[in-house]
Amino acid sequence: MSETLFKIFRGERAKGELCGYSVEVTEGMVVLDAINQIQARHANDLAVRWNCKAGKCGSCSAEVNGKPRLMCMTRMDELPLDKPVIIEPMRRFPHIKDLVTDVSLNYEINQQIRPLKPKPREADGTYRMQQKDIERIQEFHKCIECFLCQNVCHVTRDQQVQEFAGPRFFIRIASLAMHPLDTLNRLKELKDVFGIGYCNITKCCTEVCPEDIAITDNAIIPLKERVAGAFYDPLALLWRSLTSVSK
Amino acid sequence: MQNSFQIENPNPSFLETSRRDFWWIEPFFTAIGLLAFVIYSTWAAFQNEHYQWESYLSPFYAPLLEYDWWPFSPAFLILWAPAGFRLTCYYYRKAYYRSLFLTPSACAVGGRPQNYRGERFLLLFQNLHRYFLYIALVFCVILSYDAYISFTFKDGLGIGVGTVIMTLNAVFLTAFTFGCNSLRHLVGGNVDCYSCVNFGHQRYQAWKFVNIFNMNHMMWAWISLFWVGFTDLYIRLVSMGIITDYRIL
Ligand code: SF4
Ligand code: SF4
Ligand code: FES
Ligand code: FES
Repeated sequence: MSETLFKIFRGERAKGELCGYSVEVTEGMVVLDAINQIQARHANDLAVRWNCKAGKCGSCSAEVNGKPRLMCMTRMDELPLDKPVIIEPMRRFPHIKDLVTDVSLNYEINQQIRPLKPKPREADGTYRMQQKDIERIQEFHKCIECFLCQNVCHVTRDQQVQEFAGPRFFIRIASLAMHPLDTLNRLKELKDVFGIGYCNITKCCTEVCPEDIAITDNAIIPLKERVAGAFYDPLALLWRSLTSVSK
Repeated sequence: MQNSFQIENPNPSFLETSRRDFWWIEPFFTAIGLLAFVIYSTWAAFQNEHYQWESYLSPFYAPLLEYDWWPFSPAFLILWAPAGFRLTCYYYRKAYYRSLFLTPSACAVGGRPQNYRGERFLLLFQNLHRYFLYIALVFCVILSYDAYISFTFKDGLGIGVGTVIMTLNAVFLTAFTFGCNSLRHLVGGNVDCYSCVNFGHQRYQAWKFVNIFNMNHMMWAWISLFWVGFTDLYIRLVSMGIITDYRIL
């Protein structure tokens, strides 16, 4: 057992500051345990959002020593305890209080994505899909909507681009665009509305994803290749214009 | 896209971060690695000599195109192709956007303030990566052929240290090329339903095969980059008489 100093962001963004609390660290403890201990012993008005404590609800996202992480999945023994542990709210989203941010803008982005439009059912009234056809998109369904990837992506975090859906939503679009039953062509909106061209594939979303989804390699780059084929490949464009003339 | 929200923490200042780890190590060494290769390869291309010894040919000069009308080093006739391939490669893009452009240099570290346009406007040419891939596939064949030729010596078949180096060069370059994201798209990534299209099963298998190399694309990118420079250096030193090629067989 040892005592470690935590510095936690308290207050509201412009007026807030880091406040120090001492925490008794025991074996097997995660950062969220420490936060709960601080709430119980020193600051019962500390605002923090959490639910499952099992890395599955995506509520406890924060920045631990500057890195976007789930607090319930960050073990104390991975952190250097000789220096204070700094806990800040996610920087990217409007701040409410202490460690709580307002992530509702993500739901607004989500609503702009057209849902699955499946092809007609087969004669017996069912859909049939083979495993190899849906294998790729199963990975994307692991997303727990913690929004750590949306938080870290420099396109909005640093560069303040507004016309950009962000990594979590490129995953959602990829899961629809690669779906064997989907009938919509989503490439034009991907380029013009959701701004995939702003992503410079620097992979921070992949680095922070607690579900280990290969966001950049398996969703964004394949989508970029599809957009390149549809809009920027000169021979493909020539071919399409010739074949559409001859029809 | 219509967003009704404001971005909370506008423009964190350049390099600002609460990170405590050594986040700058990776971009720093990446920058050194990339710049070292660019400097060495440019120097080697300008040399216009010592690129051949017996049946060995430096990969910077392969295929060897020597024409009367071309007054400069023959390396410049071919180097644009592998250079363009690597420049537009998705991995190298990540590497230099981070380490040289600093957009961002590391995750959750303030990026370089600029009029950021991502891979739009000037950088739209990155979308031509697939054309460099087509050429790179031809280069895999050419370098494999050169490796095959390196087994021949004046006194017949043999294996020298240079033979091994040139063969590994062809292997590494092929492993790098086979993991290309454009190849992955081309062979099967662009199919939504493998069981609905012609040759769907074969395309699925091909896509799986490319995935094996794609998963380690960064590793193959560095190994092949280092090795191609090393191959040139080895042949150069042998041809200059500074070292002697050891005959293994
Ligand atoms: S890879 Fe693209 S989407 Fe992911 S964090 Fe980087 S810029 Fe954002
Ligand atoms: S993709 Fe990963 S990081 Fe992004 S919201 Fe989903 S689980 Fe979180
Ligand atoms: S509390 Fe549910 S993910 Fe951390
Ligand atoms: S993506 Fe790296 S070579 Fe094509």
